[in-house]
Amino acid sequence: MFDWLFRYANPARFMSLSGTLLPWLWGAAVLSLLAGLYMGFSAPPDYQQGRTVLILFIHVPAAIMATNVYACIVVASLFSLVNRHILADVAARTAAPLGAAFTLLALVTGSLWGRPMWGTWWEWDPRLVSTLVMFFLYLGYSALWGAIEDETKAARICAVLALVGAVNIPIIKFSVEWWNSLHQGESIMSGNLAGPFLWPWLVMQLFYMLLFVCLWLMRIRTAILERRVRNLMQASP
Amino acid sequence: MTPYFMPFWALLTRDLRLSVREGGGAALALGFFALVATLVPLGVGSDLMLLAKVGGGVLWVAAVLAALLSLDRLFQADYEDGSLDLITLSPLSLEGAAAAKITAHWLSTGLPLTLLSPVLSVLFGLSGPATLALALSLAIGTPAVSAVGAIGASLTLSLRRGGLILPLIVLPLLVPAVIFGAGMVVAVQTGLANGALGLLAAFSLAATLLSPFVAAMAVRLNLAG
Repeated sequence: MFDWLFRYANPARFMSLSGTLLPWLWGAAVLSLLAGLYMGFSAPPDYQQGRTVLILFIHVPAAIMATNVYACIVVASLFSLVNRHILADVAARTAAPLGAAFTLLALVTGSLWGRPMWGTWWEWDPRLVSTLVMFFLYLGYSALWGAIEDETKAARICAVLALVGAVNIPIIKFSVEWWNSLHQGESIMSGNLAGPFLWPWLVMQLFYMLLFVCLWLMRIRTAILERRVRNLMQASP
Repeated sequence: MTPYFMPFWALLTRDLRLSVREGGGAALALGFFALVATLVPLGVGSDLMLLAKVGGGVLWVAAVLAALLSLDRLFQADYEDGSLDLITLSPLSLEGAAAAKITAHWLSTGLPLTLLSPVLSVLFGLSGPATLALALSLAIGTPAVSAVGAIGASLTLSLRRGGLILPLIVLPLLVPAVIFGAGMVVAVQTGLANGALGLLAAFSLAATLLSPFVAAMAVRLNLAG
């Protein structure tokens, strides 16, 4: 089923394919960033939020990426445990700091938006708390990676942690929804987002996804090159 | 006793004996629990109304932290002195060994913490029913703390500074236990049913059921390297 995918689990094939794709992906990312910023700045001020609605074009995609990146780590961890591909190990490890960065960005921009809108930098609200817990999970995951010297062993053990987290994250999210929520509910799928705000968000979301893919591919490439250098140095002392 | 149960029983009693003898963590955890419960009122002030309000949550957090203290002995000590290799050779499966170790950890920390909690809840001015709810919530929830803690302990067993990383990966996973555990006390105090009892029991059952398998897998991965 995954044969076409596993062709690219070969690091040499992956390097050549990602090397070809990266310039195009970067170009698309820059274009979507420019388009998204232009559309965002030309969007009308919200009748309640005024110009602060601009923050949400940065905040919402970052918050969505925070969970998406974790999903990427879970999938990579599954392949790492089941198929034992080196590329899956590297992919899981290199995605974690990116996910942590997106989570932190979501927390900071949310805080900056909350100050004028809710009148507080922080609120013990379910979504904020589950995002914060998510951030700690990323930190713990990365710390565990850094603490185990043997790379293959670290990959397997961290994969187990990522899968435990995958089971537990919905439970954590559900449990923190105990408090009454101040954060607004879902407004994209339910069609409550008006056109002038929907399109800038969509383009910004596209930019975030492209940015993540570009940075992820670059980090994986760097990690593979690092391995090669280390192997070469060990081979010729 | 069936042949399978005997090694389980042997490992359980061995771990229990180790925990109460010199260098074991059982008494330490109780002392830590009592000390945190003493320090919090000194820090936030002696207003009993306020203390009763936060008491359930504070005692739950203190109990979780106290239970974490002895987790690094769960697998790490056996890994360092080679006992873990012998345990893997025993007729008991690693899953069974993990279950025995989790049970021993709960009997030596979770259960004593639960029994001590009514004494400490007096310091926080908790009412009789609230004290009962706290003890009940700890009795139901601390097995989950030992179980999730065992996952963290098995993942970090071969690390030299594993004890430092352990809380970082275990505490976020224990968020539901703290919320539902303290929620049971709040439910009694406010008289509003909130379903915390059922959710805590569900979390605890799922965690204790699944964690021996995850812990055994992590032990295997650590020993294979």
